[in-house]
Amino acid sequence: MVGRVIGRRRILAGAGMAALAAPGSIRAQGEAIRIGEINSYTAQPAFLQPYRNAWLLAQEQVNAAGGINGRRIETVFRDDAGRPEDAVRLAGELVNAEKVALLAGGFLSNVGLALGDFANQNKKLFVASEPLTDALVWSKGNRYTFRLRASTYMQSAMLVEEAAKLPVKRWATVAPNYEYGQSAVRWFKELLSRARPDVQFVAEQFPALGRIDAGATVQALAAANPEAIFNVTFGADLTNFVRQGSTRGLFERRRVVSLLTGEPEYLDPLGDEAPEGWIVTGYPWEQIDTPAHTPFREAYRRRWNDYPRLGSVVGYDTVMAIAALLRKSPTLETEALVDAMTGLQFQSVLGPVQFRTIDHQSTMGAFVGRTVLKNGKGAMADWRYADGKDYLPSDDVVRTLRPQA
Amino acid sequence: MENLVLQALSGLASASSLFLVASGLTVIFGVSRVVNFAHGSFYMLGAYLAYTFVTQLPRGHLGFWGGVLGAALLVGLIGLVVEVLLLRRIYRAPELFQLLATFGVVLIVQELTQMVWGAQDLLGPRAPGLRGSTEVFGLRFPLYELFLIGVGPVVLGLLLLLFHRTRWGTLVRAATQDREMVGALGVNQRMLFTSVFFLGSLLAGLGGALQLPRESVNLHMDLSIITEAFVVVVVGGLGSLTGAALAALLIGELHAFGILIVPKITLVLVFLVMALVLVVRPHGLLGKPEVAARGGQGSAEPMIGPAPAALRWLALAVLALAVVVPPFLGDYAISVLTELATAVLFAASLHLIMGPGGMASFGHAAYFGLGAYGAALAAQWLGAPMLAGLALAPVAAGVFGLVFGYFCVRLSGVYAAMLTLAFAQIAWSVAFQWVEVTGGDNGILGVWPDAWAAPKLVFYYLALALCIGATLLLRRVVHAPFGYALRAQRDSALRAEAIGIDAFRTRWLGFALAAAAAGIAGGLFAYGKGSVFPTFMGIPRSVDALLMVLLGGVQTLSGPIIGALAFTGLQEQLVRLTDLWRLILGVVIVALVLFFPQGLAGAVRARWEARHGDA
Repeated sequence: MVGRVIGRRRILAGAGMAALAAPGSIRAQGEAIRIGEINSYTAQPAFLQPYRNAWLLAQEQVNAAGGINGRRIETVFRDDAGRPEDAVRLAGELVNAEKVALLAGGFLSNVGLALGDFANQNKKLFVASEPLTDALVWSKGNRYTFRLRASTYMQSAMLVEEAAKLPVKRWATVAPNYEYGQSAVRWFKELLSRARPDVQFVAEQFPALGRIDAGATVQALAAANPEAIFNVTFGADLTNFVRQGSTRGLFERRRVVSLLTGEPEYLDPLGDEAPEGWIVTGYPWEQIDTPAHTPFREAYRRRWNDYPRLGSVVGYDTVMAIAALLRKSPTLETEALVDAMTGLQFQSVLGPVQFRTIDHQSTMGAFVGRTVLKNGKGAMADWRYADGKDYLPSDDVVRTLRPQA
Repeated sequence: MENLVLQALSGLASASSLFLVASGLTVIFGVSRVVNFAHGSFYMLGAYLAYTFVTQLPRGHLGFWGGVLGAALLVGLIGLVVEVLLLRRIYRAPELFQLLATFGVVLIVQELTQMVWGAQDLLGPRAPGLRGSTEVFGLRFPLYELFLIGVGPVVLGLLLLLFHRTRWGTLVRAATQDREMVGALGVNQRMLFTSVFFLGSLLAGLGGALQLPRESVNLHMDLSIITEAFVVVVVGGLGSLTGAALAALLIGELHAFGILIVPKITLVLVFLVMALVLVVRPHGLLGKPEVAARGGQGSAEPMIGPAPAALRWLALAVLALAVVVPPFLGDYAISVLTELATAVLFAASLHLIMGPGGMASFGHAAYFGLGAYGAALAAQWLGAPMLAGLALAPVAAGVFGLVFGYFCVRLSGVYAAMLTLAFAQIAWSVAFQWVEVTGGDNGILGVWPDAWAAPKLVFYYLALALCIGATLLLRRVVHAPFGYALRAQRDSALRAEAIGIDAFRTRWLGFALAAAAAGIAGGLFAYGKGSVFPTFMGIPRSVDALLMVLLGGVQTLSGPIIGALAFTGLQEQLVRLTDLWRLILGVVIVALVLFFPQGLAGAVRARWEARHGDA
């Protein structure tokens, strides 16, 4: 009698646990695998609409190809409105109420960090797609957090390689006044000084994000008379900076090295005022004709009647990475997913990418090139793909940067 | 030397742009006393409409300047419609209530603008004839910036002429000084208000349209300009055009030179200036003491009596539900309830200074955030256990409440509110910039509850006990002698002083008490989220608190509780249901404002009193 009661309880408890840990594993074959995605959709629509479009495209492709072992994937999207505290609440909702198998997303660095910490606390996998901050995989890195996109450090290192070749010594920097801008400037200075001990930094400007006083900032930079400028501003700040800078001749006879400016998100709004000859990281979507990229571009065009932005690549590849993960992992239980994610290799539209075992950073790279004007629009020329794996510190250094369990 | 001159010119151009927007705001405020949050939205609309007109019309002078003026006029008309349909109906509502309405407009405009023009930034064409640059002391300076430097003084001159040489202008100035008297003299106030709103909106639209050759048109323009415009208006003195011009000049130039010396000062400079000016000159540079719009005879707020029996039973029933039901709910529902509990305390603490205290605060999030940071810093640097962190939260917030409050409570009305905002922004920028200690905008992570409180349900009961306890305590304070003194100095500071109440001290202590209570909410919020960020004390959170209190109704004690539940609950639901949550939230707010100008709790009370007689 007693034994039977215990037995029934144990069965119930076991069923409950299984349902929590691996939704669907005891349900009918073919039930969808749910992914929870959180991003700042209303706060950053210009970047996240192309991202979500490509995400949906990738999801459709995965499902059309038979899904994951016969099961469809579906995504529950949530808008954090740019507030990390809301992102944490929504993560709780997705995990507890929507029963998603894993979390993904994030555009702003602090949202990414908040979600990473949530993932660590709640033992749930979090695949960060866009946030650039180095802290996500290094100083605040944890077992449950992985990041796809090339980090601030990696992109800065790619540009330092080019900057070190320039015959200039006096540098000025301009960056938005928040973590991303500050880190980019710090890495750029440190790495460039190491590569070229003879350079000096003569001025730095930190306009408030989204509220640059472009005229005064340009004038202040010009007053220091640098030979080259390292720019980290983007979006509306970049547009205003470029307009004031070109009218005031700031960029004449000066070299400019600029983070992210070659991405269509930031280059296209500049129209025919896009600056020429800047050394940038970016995404020359119309010129990349590789077997991995061309089908993606055409499929995106057909589906959305628009061209892909870099955000589209990130959204698409996040889904592809997750699909590869789900194929590799034996179950949907978090620890199995994390183990499968560690060292996971998959084919991104930019080339083969691996999530490194040592710090959970993917080796996705970026394109480095020079801006030119083509048909009244900004474009990239002389570009090359910089594979992310070549722009990360040595393993010994990474171990000092990341808390070792 | 040449560089300094050019820096000064750049400062002048920014000052001029800033003045255009601020002039409209100050004119509207002077006459109607409306804190018009939607002014930034009109600025943004001006820029977007100008973009459409200028790119659609034939190129050339006529196309460009016609497009700019057309956009300004159209924005003026939009402002007129908003005034007639919305604001006109609620002028009699309690002070600051119109802020709620204009915030609804902000949300609606944001969503509609994105629908019409799309999300990508737009770069408008340059002005014909002013494309290039000229040489000033051998350095290049854009022609268009020179043109802008001229526009500011010209607009100021025209406005001064309008206000001093026309009958309409005289009436506007009269209304700015004493609108009751102007009404008593038989002037059609409705027409006056509507026309002033048209003019103010037109100026905002013009300011936005004139940015077209200068800056990209984007969806963040509204909120990035509105705080700075308010700062200019307040520093100049509310309702004073020359004051606004002076303040714009001051801020534009300080900014241009400030970044030469301290490049990172961009975050906080305008608020530092505002704090300094208001501490030294409580009515701004050229403002006059506000003619007491309230405070005279017979303008006392309604008495606050003990809660009617029915309300007590209702409250008890809700509380019983809040205790009994959660064990049957999922983790997510429990975490939402935890958040609601902190929201209730946060709103109730703001209500103490807004309702019984009679002063608005635009920066109440500072104390919420200071509580959160107090707890988080103690956990991070001292390894303090959760309870110690939670105990420290109200202390940290209360101490800063004492310090900031000392300056704020000396001021009155919007000046006091803006000074609280200035302090809040200073606190925010310290949290944002002091990366070594606070982690900057990446925040402090890993602020999770101790093991015993880690289960969501346990933490919920802890939060419920603390929040409801503190909220009831605040309620008790209002009925205590201290609360009577607080209300007495609100209704008439002079008479209160005459019977021996130290009005300043009473307000000061009330402010600090409210700050400490907000600190409790902040500390709980930090442990509930597991992390702390500068957004905890950002402007949006202060605005949220204001909206909760106003939505519920300033003049009832239950108002903030109902407002917090309604606002937080509504937002939480909408965000999950639809991508258009801003639009719907905006429409709901506008509708609530129109139908319940006393706030939700106020409306219930009015109906109750109509049926049962005055309580």
